[in-house]
Amino acid sequence: MESTSLVVLLLVFAAIGFGVLVYAVTKGSHYKQGETLRVAHAPKDYPEIEWNVELLPGLEKPAKEGEAETFSVPSPPFSEDVFPCSDCHEDMDPNPERRVLEMAHEEIVLDHGPKSRWCFDCHNLEDRDKLRLVSGSLVDFKESYKLCGQCHGTIYRDWREGIHGRRRGYWNGHKSYLLCAHCHNPHKPRFKPLKPLAPPIRPSSQHFTEPSAEQTSKSEGGHS
Amino acid sequence: MSQDYAGKAPAPRVPCDVAHKGAADGGLNRREFLAGAGLTAMSAIATTVAGAAPGFIESMLRRHFKELSPDEVQERLRLLEEEYSSRFGKKVTVAATPPMENVLFGYALDLSRCIGCRRCVYACVHENNQSRDPQIHWIRVLEMAKERGIDLEEADPYYDHDTVPQEDSFYMPVACQQCRNPPCTRVCPVQATWQEPDGIVVIDYDWCIGCRYCMAACPYGARHFNWGNPQIPAAGLNTDMHVLGNRPRVAGVVEKCTFCIQRVRKGRYPACVEICPVGARKFGNLLDENSELRYLMREKRVFVLKEDLNTQPKFYYFYAT
Repeated sequence: MESTSLVVLLLVFAAIGFGVLVYAVTKGSHYKQGETLRVAHAPKDYPEIEWNVELLPGLEKPAKEGEAETFSVPSPPFSEDVFPCSDCHEDMDPNPERRVLEMAHEEIVLDHGPKSRWCFDCHNLEDRDKLRLVSGSLVDFKESYKLCGQCHGTIYRDWREGIHGRRRGYWNGHKSYLLCAHCHNPHKPRFKPLKPLAPPIRPSSQHFTEPSAEQTSKSEGGHS
Repeated sequence: MSQDYAGKAPAPRVPCDVAHKGAADGGLNRREFLAGAGLTAMSAIATTVAGAAPGFIESMLRRHFKELSPDEVQERLRLLEEEYSSRFGKKVTVAATPPMENVLFGYALDLSRCIGCRRCVYACVHENNQSRDPQIHWIRVLEMAKERGIDLEEADPYYDHDTVPQEDSFYMPVACQQCRNPPCTRVCPVQATWQEPDGIVVIDYDWCIGCRYCMAACPYGARHFNWGNPQIPAAGLNTDMHVLGNRPRVAGVVEKCTFCIQRVRKGRYPACVEICPVGARKFGNLLDENSELRYLMREKRVFVLKEDLNTQPKFYYFYAT
């Protein structure tokens, strides 16, 4: 008699076990549906950022064996239609008077170093297409780093070694670097604060969405 | 129930050939039963195998990546390319670019420059085909109070300000430190993760059994587990892949930063280096005396995270000013 009840009990357990197994397999025990309180941000949410960083022309390929590394640089970041300066300044008499600008360039706010700083500390009075070092020698806008390096010597040295500033391209070959002015507005050089991208999802709300039917069918076969 | 059997006499033990003859009159002896059962089982297995998803059998018989011959590696790459190309509807290339001679990769991050903007986090997700949902980030940016210094217990990775940097905070991105003495590889029971000759710690996703011992061993929280099927939109897929790097993973395996192995073994900078808007991230060859890294190690204040654990990271934090 007692063995009969044992069999019945076993059958009941087997049925329950089978039911649980079927439920777990069909529902997927890791998944929780209907979680709407969080958004998993992804790169596509930031279309304004260029994720595939484009390299300058000439940097597409690594340097060949024995070939010298080249350093390329994008052209200086002029505001639209201001360069060459001589286009306008050629017909004007140079005015070395310290004054508030009204005719042009009135948008420039000078916030760089001591208050006594002004235009002709860096710009050249006669040939406006050049910059002027303290020594009196003129440098091109493409070599503006020489001008910045007069005061910021340690940072200039770091920049030449590749420690300060951004580099792109090949760690063992051709690369591009940026001029100081690409990141720091020379008239107002402090780096502007940025909006940070979205924080990661907290583990407590990291419940997974049910994969779509299409995705499930395609991810079959596990490791294959 | 035993009393039911009590009435029957035990079957006489007979020689096999006699028993075989006995089968003619409708009885079933042990040999025939076993043969029949064996056949049934075999046919069942055969049906299952024949009906299995393509690639299933190969995946069951696969060997460790390091044991594959060059030809087998090429065959594996071809199969992976086919699989990913058909799954995402895009032409995908999977490479197994080997390490370069006399190269030991190192990384440096300038804590005096980092502003915590998290551009690197998402550039990494994009470059390395991390799952978007469930979300996996290989880089975690910690916000810490300047007043307290590096205090990992008080660090906040979930900050969400309107602008960064905040006046009284500094930021410390943490990803895999690519240790010379990695605790994670030593605990792996199946040797699915190891350090390459160029110093990159990699994972064979085909060999990983998902036990997560390595995650427990890593003191930097740099390893991440695929709890669900990774979801990557086809439009956001990076089609330039490395077999030990950014190829799409499956549920149940661990993944981690590889210094963008698919890029750096071809000479390129890692994606996070190129995206960083303040140029805080530096990368290069530690064996090259003229590299940026060797310069900053000579000239700057440099430290490694959790130095006391003797993990000997190849990821250095420094202060340029």
